[in-house]
Amino acid sequence: MPALIELSGIERVFLLGDSEVHALHQLDLRIDAGEYVAVMGPSGSGKSTLLNLLGLLDRPNVGTYRLEGRDVTTLSPEEQARVRSERIGFVFQSFHLVPRLTAAENIALPMMLAGIAPAERNKRVEQALKDYGLTNRANHRPNELSGGQRQRVAIARATIMQPAVILADEPTGNLDRATGEEVMRLLEALNQSGVTLIIVTHDTVLGARAGRQLRMEDGELRHDSASRGTV
Amino acid sequence: MRAPDLLRFARDAATGNPLRTSLLVLAMAIGVAAVVVLTALGDGARRYVINEFSSIGTNLVIVLPGRSQTGGFNPGNAITNTPRDLTIDDAQALLRASAVRRVATLAIGTSEISVGGKLREVVVAGTNAQFVDVRRLALAQGRFLADGDWRRGAAEAVIGAKIRDELFGRESALGQRVRIGDRRFRIVGVMASTGQGLGMNTDETVIVPVALAQAMFNSNTLFRVLVEANSRETIEQAKTQVTEIIKLRHEGEEDVTVITQDAVLATFDKLLGTLTLAVAGIAAISLAVAGILVMNVMLVSVTQRTAEIGLLKALGATGRTIRTAFLVEAAMLSLAGAVLGFLLGHAGAAAIRLLYPAYPAYPPDWAAIAGLGTALVTGILFGVLPARRAAQLDPVESLAKR
Repeated sequence: MPALIELSGIERVFLLGDSEVHALHQLDLRIDAGEYVAVMGPSGSGKSTLLNLLGLLDRPNVGTYRLEGRDVTTLSPEEQARVRSERIGFVFQSFHLVPRLTAAENIALPMMLAGIAPAERNKRVEQALKDYGLTNRANHRPNELSGGQRQRVAIARATIMQPAVILADEPTGNLDRATGEEVMRLLEALNQSGVTLIIVTHDTVLGARAGRQLRMEDGELRHDSASRGTV
Repeated sequence: MRAPDLLRFARDAATGNPLRTSLLVLAMAIGVAAVVVLTALGDGARRYVINEFSSIGTNLVIVLPGRSQTGGFNPGNAITNTPRDLTIDDAQALLRASAVRRVATLAIGTSEISVGGKLREVVVAGTNAQFVDVRRLALAQGRFLADGDWRRGAAEAVIGAKIRDELFGRESALGQRVRIGDRRFRIVGVMASTGQGLGMNTDETVIVPVALAQAMFNSNTLFRVLVEANSRETIEQAKTQVTEIIKLRHEGEEDVTVITQDAVLATFDKLLGTLTLAVAGIAAISLAVAGILVMNVMLVSVTQRTAEIGLLKALGATGRTIRTAFLVEAAMLSLAGAVLGFLLGHAGAAAIRLLYPAYPAYPPDWAAIAGLGTALVTGILFGVLPARRAAQLDPVESLAKR
């Protein structure tokens, strides 16, 4: 069975003025379906770049990325958008909800972009609102919701297309301890139901909850708990 | 993305910033309203002139003494500048032409009319019995001048409605004797009121037999000869025949100007039609300005919504979807502005018609359609650049923006 995610020889170089910055260097990584992975490291270590790359928001300069056995680095932007739509869910630190849309509309947004019929959309949104305890908040706009509620809307939105992998970038960064814990439990419950969960964080306590820890430094993978030792 | 979703998304995006949206719609509306109102004015002027000119009669050929058309240098003109008189005999001779149905002579001058101590300055028109038919005039009371020898004529007069009111008030004017200049006339008829017009206003005119008018003004020449052709098709023929007959009678010299009503109408039509087009062109500049405003506002909107665009991309929106969404928004705003402007323009034209009932200020159909079309096209055209910019935004950078 092929790995869900397979990165080999990934290089990502940014030009900052005259100097080249290796945001990712010589990166090889394999993540199987259903894993719970925490990517940790200091800021500037390349963990966000890795996440963007995994989410097809960015392309590597060198190397190949196979998602479910398919090389996605060579896809056209339109095809990549389709993969993002169907296979990948994003959860952001700052929630990124559209302020003029209600909670229900925000959750329905990926389905609307994918062109799913309104009847099917309403059915799925209703279920999601129930699952995340947002039924009585369905018609509230993001500015009328608490931080925890906003992140729950965001998670509902990330899962509404039933993706294979959820990429979460500091999902609890803007939340207090209690709501952060609540959000983490939701994400972990998703993982238990079979969705691959990849979390970027610099919180070691949070990272320790994951089944597998990756530590990054200067664009390189320094530690992978799955391989027991330094790479 | 499905079309209804696209429309709703664009609408929500537009209404999400009411100030920006209303300013844009207003700018577009002013542009379209300007086109509608200005073309209504231009076309109204054209209709007004055409109507007025048509009201002087139909199938008319008009003969003027003297040659007014520009042409090459004629040695004859250098010697004699004054044209030969256009006489009553000339006019009568025109009746021989096969294409001519009626001929009306016209000698014009001013004089005084007095009755029972009341005195008033009037325009005196000398003509013959056919005049009332040629000019399609109506009488309010009595009869018109009797048909008879054009060179004599009884001392009868037909007066305009306003003169009747001023001189006789509630009394009956028919049969009354009046003094016009140094002659005495008996009133046989009163013209129906016609109101102010481009043609001759009969309300303040006294009509007398042409021979008596010429005697009064001590002149042998006629001001105009109005010739009515048998039909619309024979107008050109009538014109040729009239020219020939007069030339023959004036010793081979073409010293009169013969114009047809159609030619004059066509000239006015063309002139004022061009004017309307020019005015529409000027108004269209405001639409171009509105288009640039659309571009500006949409560019600002793209910058403001950078994070949202990044999010949409992360959620699986293709560049094409984002481009379409922004284009639809621009088109929607332009269309709203155009429709609003169209209504405003029509309201403006209606207001003009209300203030000046005689002025038919209706915007021509082409102008309304062109205005709407131009607004849409400029809106979309100027929306392309912002939409492309939105579609090309880098998702990683966009998402990092707060």
